[in-house]
Amino acid sequence: MRPITIVDCGLSNIDSAVRALEYCGGDPVVTRDPETVRKAGRLVLPGVGAFPEAMRRLNESGLADAIRESALAAERPILGICLGMQLMATAGQENEFTQGLGLISGNVLPLKAQLPGERIPHMGWNTVQTAQDCALLAGISADSDFYFVHGYHFVPSDPAHLLATTPYCGGVAAIVGKGLAFGAQFHPEKSQATGFSFLKNFIGL
Amino acid sequence: MIKIRVMPTLLHRDMGLVKGKKFDSWRRTGSALQAIKVYNMRGVDELAFMDITASPDGRPPDYELIDDLADECFMPMTVGGGVASVDHVGRLLAVGADKVSLNSHAVSDQTLIAEAARTFGVQCIVVSIDALRRKDGRLEVMTHGGQQPTGLDPVEWAKRAAGLGAGEILLTSVDRDGTFEGYDIPLTKSVAAAVDVPVIASGGAGEYAHMAAVLREANVAAVAAASIYHFTEQTPLEAKRYLKKEGFNVRF
Repeated sequence: MRPITIVDCGLSNIDSAVRALEYCGGDPVVTRDPETVRKAGRLVLPGVGAFPEAMRRLNESGLADAIRESALAAERPILGICLGMQLMATAGQENEFTQGLGLISGNVLPLKAQLPGERIPHMGWNTVQTAQDCALLAGISADSDFYFVHGYHFVPSDPAHLLATTPYCGGVAAIVGKGLAFGAQFHPEKSQATGFSFLKNFIGL
Repeated sequence: MIKIRVMPTLLHRDMGLVKGKKFDSWRRTGSALQAIKVYNMRGVDELAFMDITASPDGRPPDYELIDDLADECFMPMTVGGGVASVDHVGRLLAVGADKVSLNSHAVSDQTLIAEAARTFGVQCIVVSIDALRRKDGRLEVMTHGGQQPTGLDPVEWAKRAAGLGAGEILLTSVDRDGTFEGYDIPLTKSVAAAVDVPVIASGGAGEYAHMAAVLREANVAAVAAASIYHFTEQTPLEAKRYLKKEGFNVRF
C-alpha cells in the first residue's frame, strides 16, 4: 500500500478519487491540513468546481502554499485531475482572471468549438493521443478512451509540458507534465480499467 | 474522436412509501446497488440516477443513498431529484455525484442554475427537461415528475437554461417514456439545434434502432434509456454493438 494524500478543498468529488486509489492499491488519506500536505509523499489534487472558488479556498486555507512547497521545492509527485490539473497552471480565466498554483506554466482558457457538432462543455469518452513519452500511460494502448467533462482547457506555455492531447476543439491538453508534476484533464477515477491503469502508474512512480 | 454515450437511467421511485421501514428501504438500495455493480462490470459509459418522487414529495436528495451508490460506481454518474439549492448540489457532488441534475426547482428559481454553475462549474450542472406533447401537438415543460405544467416551451427553456449555465440538457419526452415507441425525434431535434451544450435524448427507446434513429436525426451526444434495460433482454453493450454497426462512434 503506497500512501497518497488527497487534497480536499471542499468543492471536489473526493469519494470517487479515494475509492479508485484504494482499488488501485494506494492508501489514500484525505486532508484539508497544510501541514499534512507538506509532509505528504505524493499528492492528488482532484477537482470538480469552478477555478476562482477552488483557488480562493486553497489560498485561504494555506493549502496552495503547502502544495507549491511539496511539488516545487520538494519535487514530490503530484497528480491534478480535471479542475485539479487546471489549478496547476499559472492562471485561469473561468468567470474571471485568477492566479493558479503555477506548478506548470500555462493558462486555462475556455474551449471554443472548431468543428460543426462540437458541443461545449466537452463531455464524454474521447481518445487520448500521446504527444511524448509519459510514464503515466505506460502499458495503456495508444488512443485509449478516457472520460472528460470540462468547459475550459489547459494551454501549456511550453510544448515540452504537453504529454498527451485529445482531438476536440482543435486539440485539448489531455495530460500535462513537468518533472513529477502531472495533470490529467480527464477523470482517471471514472475511466474504468484504463483509468485504473493510469492511476496505478502514478502510484508506482 | 468523441464517442456517443449510451446511458442507462435508474429511476428511484416512491422512497417516501418505504421511509422508516429499514428492511424495505435497504432492499431498494440493494437493487440499485446491484444494477450499478452489473453496469460496472459491463463498462457502461455513464449512468443517470433519478429520484423521481423527491420533488413531488417535497423531499431533498437522499445523500446517504447516493453516498452508498457512489461507493460502488466506477463510471460517471449524474444524480437528480429534489435538488433545490446550491447546498444540495454541493452535498451531492461531495458524496460522489459527478454531475447534478436540476429540474423542478430550476424552473421555479432560475437563479439556482446560475449560482450552481458559478460555484461548481457549468460542466457538472445538468438541466433535466421533461417535455409533454399534447394532443394538439403543442409542447410543454412539465415538472414534479411530469405532473405540473409550467407553460414553458421546451426549446425556449433549453436555450434559457444553457444561457444561465446548464452544461448539459437531459431531455425526456414524458408521453414517450416507457412506451417503447421510440424517442420524440422532432422535439429532440429542435432542442439539440437550439443549444450548444450536449443534449441527452431520453424517453421512449424500445429497441436499438430507436437510438440509431435519434442519433441520425438529432445532433445528440448521448442516448438514455430505462425500461428497455429493465424489462427486456436488451443491454447497453448490445446497444453499442448495434450502433457501431450502424456507423456511430462508440466506446468498447
